[in-house]
Formats: sequence, structure tokens, C-alpha cells
Amino acid sequence: MEIVQTFAVILDSTIRLSVPLLCAALAGLWSERSGVVDIGLEGKMLIAAFASAVVAYHSGSAWAGLGAGMLAAIALALVHGFAAITWRGNQIVSGVAINMLAAGLTVILGNAWYGQGGRTPTLEGAARFPELDLPLLETLKGIPVFGPVYDIAISGHAAPVYLAVLALVLTALTLKHTRFGLRLRAVGENPAAVDTAGVSVAGLRYAAVVICGALCGLGGTYLAVSQSAGFLPQMTAGKGFIALAAVIFANWRPWPALFACLLFGLLDAVAIRLQGVVLPGIGQVPVQAIQALPYVMTVVLLAGFIGKATPPKASGLPYVKER
Amino acid sequence: MSAAPIDLPRWADTALVPLVSVAAALVVAGLVVLSIGESPLEATTLLLKGSLGSLEGLGFTLYYTTSFIFTGLAVAVAFHAGLFNIGGEGQATIAGIFAALACLWLAPLPGILLVPLAILAAAAGGALWAFIPGYLQATRGSHVVITTIMFNFIAATLIVYLLVEVMGKAGSMQPETPDFPKQAVLTPIHELLGAFGLKLPSTPLNTSFLLALASLVAVWALIYRSRLGYAIRTVGANPRAAAYAGISPARIIMVAMAISGALAGGLAVNEAMGVQHRLVLDFTAGYGFVGIAVALMGRGHPVGVGLAALLFGVLYQGGAELSFDKPTITRDMVVVIGGIVILFAGALDGLFRRLVASVLNLGRGG
Repeated sequence: MEIVQTFAVILDSTIRLSVPLLCAALAGLWSERSGVVDIGLEGKMLIAAFASAVVAYHSGSAWAGLGAGMLAAIALALVHGFAAITWRGNQIVSGVAINMLAAGLTVILGNAWYGQGGRTPTLEGAARFPELDLPLLETLKGIPVFGPVYDIAISGHAAPVYLAVLALVLTALTLKHTRFGLRLRAVGENPAAVDTAGVSVAGLRYAAVVICGALCGLGGTYLAVSQSAGFLPQMTAGKGFIALAAVIFANWRPWPALFACLLFGLLDAVAIRLQGVVLPGIGQVPVQAIQALPYVMTVVLLAGFIGKATPPKASGLPYVKER
Repeated sequence: MSAAPIDLPRWADTALVPLVSVAAALVVAGLVVLSIGESPLEATTLLLKGSLGSLEGLGFTLYYTTSFIFTGLAVAVAFHAGLFNIGGEGQATIAGIFAALACLWLAPLPGILLVPLAILAAAAGGALWAFIPGYLQATRGSHVVITTIMFNFIAATLIVYLLVEVMGKAGSMQPETPDFPKQAVLTPIHELLGAFGLKLPSTPLNTSFLLALASLVAVWALIYRSRLGYAIRTVGANPRAAAYAGISPARIIMVAMAISGALAGGLAVNEAMGVQHRLVLDFTAGYGFVGIAVALMGRGHPVGVGLAALLFGVLYQGGAELSFDKPTITRDMVVVIGGIVILFAGALDGLFRRLVASVLNLGRGG
């Protein structure tokens, strides 16, 4: 029973740490499947975290915070779309700009409004998402093995966690089984074909970019309003880039993205637990080595040493109509 | 938004478009200042006074300029080869580790040997950390942007590990190395000129500023006056044509990345050997990313990079002074301005070219 408990506890913290990654990874997936490369996931999550914390604090409602977070991230996503789609600018350059904008603006506004070095006031009560008990918790609790896992790891998360799972299912279904999804995937592979079929390339890409913003908004809001009780400067701490790595790992597909995020979340959870622990036979594992693993693995994967990364064919290429 | 490229006179393309986009960026920054209830005009005055209004301010400004020249040149050289090196932060970090190892291991050497060796070590460290992504791009096809991003994070975790577990100063709670030997320290400019009887206030400006100026000239000669530079520009313009002309794009990609990384290493020389005299955590402080703004604004040309680096030096130093008087306007304002400059001069280049083109055409009566 001890092992089951430990497993459930680790799974629980893995899920908590994976959710922001999952949101950002799905966001990146939408954008990149439509052919718009987005390295600005980090900045969009950051601005969402800030906006959600501010609005949740003043309105006292976590849900209002979520709305604000999504809107803020969508606004930045539209800036990216404007540069990348309408003006065919360099998408990497635009992404870098968005990351810097968010990193600077959040601290300046936070500092000017609250004077706490960029932090927002602590959120309490309804301004944070409560932990939800899933249905049938009391009945299922008694089942051996499954019961404790259900109780500790699966139930008892805040609403954004379940929203992220919903977003995953919807993303997978939409991309695979709907007309919109098919067109969106096509525009990332061969925009000229989509254009010839009379469907707007820019329209599809803008739609993808807005969805990307909304999902970054969910991830950022989770960080500030659920995981923490307020905004801290640079609180995304590279999660947007790990999510980018997860997208590459998953070969730009939704379900594998979930597993990549869970894996990276697990690494994070393990790194926290292994801090200062001496393992028999290995000695003390440097926490930094575990933290660096997602990045190292991505480099190795991209280089084609394990498996093969095949990005959408038109990703990063602005579409120019032939005349 | 026509598909046809917008033809502009050369002077407009190289000078006017960047100027207009930077001016627009500063206007947006002014709006941000206005929105937090401060006066942009007053802020600008304070900023200019703090950065250029005194010899001390000027010294600090040029010290920041030094770092931006290095990181800006690093991005610019890669740009010429058609590569986007976002890894300046990581390359400077590794350069710092190499420089620190050289300074600490070779401590018995006299300064005349130690300083050049440590600078070379820094360049080698930066070059190595950029060469690997270049190699992977050239031979395995992994995108240099993603690899350099990942390498930034790997370098960031590596330096934490080294400073905490391996190279850290004994008995210190700070993640930092012991102090470098005295002869490894780059001479501050105020001491250098003091020897000639010039009395200057003490500032962190050191001889690496001269190294930065030399790098500007060297990069200009390399890119515009050498065979290698021609090859780099050809690969950047059209890798296929380069291959037909007998230039190996793979080799050029690796070489250009290595040079780019070595230049980013200059940041470590200025910070670790020039100012801190030891290796501290996070000494790169985002300079690597501002370098992208510097390179974009300077159109990749060393003259432009020098001027853009000076502008950001002014913003950095002036911003620091400004935040003393106006605590609400922190130095993060520079990050915002950097971001807007990158957006305007880089990603929205087409928009500003179009604006400039239509204004010029109006002047000619349509």
C-alpha cells in the first residue's frame, strides 16, 4: 500500500507540474500545425499569468481572472499573427519580441500598480480556483490501488487542470475529425493547395493563432491563480520553451504531446524530490542534471539520433500568393 | 500588402527604415510610461542626463555599450549566414566558465600571458557552444533556433551546477567563483587614462571596450572584405547558389556559428574579467537577447551595430538613473523597448518599409 501511496503522490505532483506545459504545448501545436512557428509561448503565458492575477485580485473571481488571462494572451498572439501572417515577418524574430515584451511589461506594470517589485497581491478565497472533488470519490476511494490513485492524483485538482484535459481531447478531435482541423493541417503543409481550394490561408492561420493564445492564457492563469496565489516576475521560468520541446517530442501530435508533457512534468517532480537525496550506488544526483534533461533530450531528438522530428512542411514560411 | 518587394533607395533602406521603426518603438515606450502616470518628456530628460550628462554616466553607458556590441555582432554575423543565433546568453555563459577556469588555473602566469589566454578561452567557450548547434544544423538538419534555445537552458543549469558544486568559493553561500588573480583583471579605462594625467571618475568601463571596437572593425573586414565573409554572405543569401559556386554551406554554417559564439563570449570578458573579477550566476542578464535588437536595428552592419549598441547603452544606464528618481520606471523598461524594437525593426520590417516607401513617394508627388 505504501508504494501505491508514493506512486499516487508522485503522479499528483507530476500532473500539477505538467498542466502548464500541456496548455502551452497544445497552444504551440495549433499554431505550428497551421504553419506559424511560435517561440513566444513563454511570453504569452507570462502575460496571461499577470493579467489573470490582477483581475482575479480586483474582481475576487478566479474565473474573471481566467477570462482576462486568455484575452491578454490572445492580444499578444494577434500581434504575432499580424507580424507573421499579414506582414510576413520573421516568425522567430516576432516570437523573441513577444517574450521580451511580456517579460518587461509585466514587471513594470506590476511594480507601478502594487509596488512589490513586480509581484501582485496575494490571492485569497474565491480569487483562486478551489480544488474540486470528482464525483463518486467516496465510493471509489475504497477500491484497492485504484482508490488511492483516484483520490490523491486524479481528483482534487483545480478547474484549469480539467479544462486542460478537455482542451487536449477537443484539440485531438478537432484536428483529426473536423473539416476545420483538416484545413488547418493542410495550411501548415501546403498553403497553396488550400488557397487554390478557395479557403483563406490567412483566416485559418489567424484562427490557429487565436486558439494558441487562448490556450497559453489557460496555462498562464493556472500558474498564477491556481498553482500560486498571485503573479511573480518571470514565473513561467522557461515552461514555454519546455512546451516547445514537448511539441517537437510529440512530432506535432496532440496525444503524444500529453505524454511528453507528463514525462517532463515527472522529471520536474523527481528533481524536486531528489534534492539532496543520496541514491544507493549512484550517490547524490545533481538536480541540475535532471532539470537539463528535457533540453538535452530535445537536442538529441532533433538531431535525429532517436526517432525523427518531422515538422509541418510549411511551418515558419509566410504564404505569398503567386500572381 | 503586395507580394512584390518594396524598392527603396539605399539610404532609406539602411538608415531611414531602422530610424523610423526605432522612433516608433520609443513612442510606444513613451505611451507605456504615460500609462503608469509618469511624464515621458521628464523621463527622457532624466534618462539622457543620467547616461550622457556626466563623465561618470558616460563611462557606465560605454560599459553597457561594450556588452551590446559583442552580443549584437554575434547575432549579426550569424544573420549574414542566414542563421538566427538566439543562443547568445548560453554562449556567453559557457565563455564565462571557460574564462574563469583559465583565470583560476593559470593564476601563476603574468598578466601579459594570462589576459590574452583567458580572452581566448572565453572566445573558445562561446565558439564551442555555438559550433555544436551549427554542426547539428549543417549535418543533421536540426533547426539552429531550437537548438540554441535549448543550449541556453543547458548552459544555465550547467553554470548553476558548477558554481554550487564544483567551482564555488569555499564557505560562500553565493553561487560565485573565488576572485580572479589581480593580473587577470582588465584595466579600467579611468586608470588607463589616469596614467596620462587625465582625471576620470571611477566607472566599470574597462579595456574590453577597446576589444569591442576592434571587433567591430574586424567583423566589418571579415564580412565585407574577406573571402570567408563573401562565402558567409553568399550562403546567407542563397545556399544553393553558394553550393554551385563551390562554397560548402555546411562548412560555412559551422564556421559562422563558431565566430558568432566567440563574439558572444566577449560579454563574459567584459562582465567577468572587466567588472566582477569573478564568475557570478546570471551575469549574462539578458544582454544576449538585447543583442538581437541591436543587430536588427543595425541592419547587421558593424557601423549600425555600434550605433544601436550605443543607443541601448544609453537606455540601460539612463534607465538605471531614471529608476532612482522614478521608482515606478524600472530598468525592465529597457527590456520592453528592446522587445518593441525587435518587433518593429525585425518582424514588422515590411510594414515600416511600406510606410517609408509611401511617404517618399508622396514627396515625389505620387
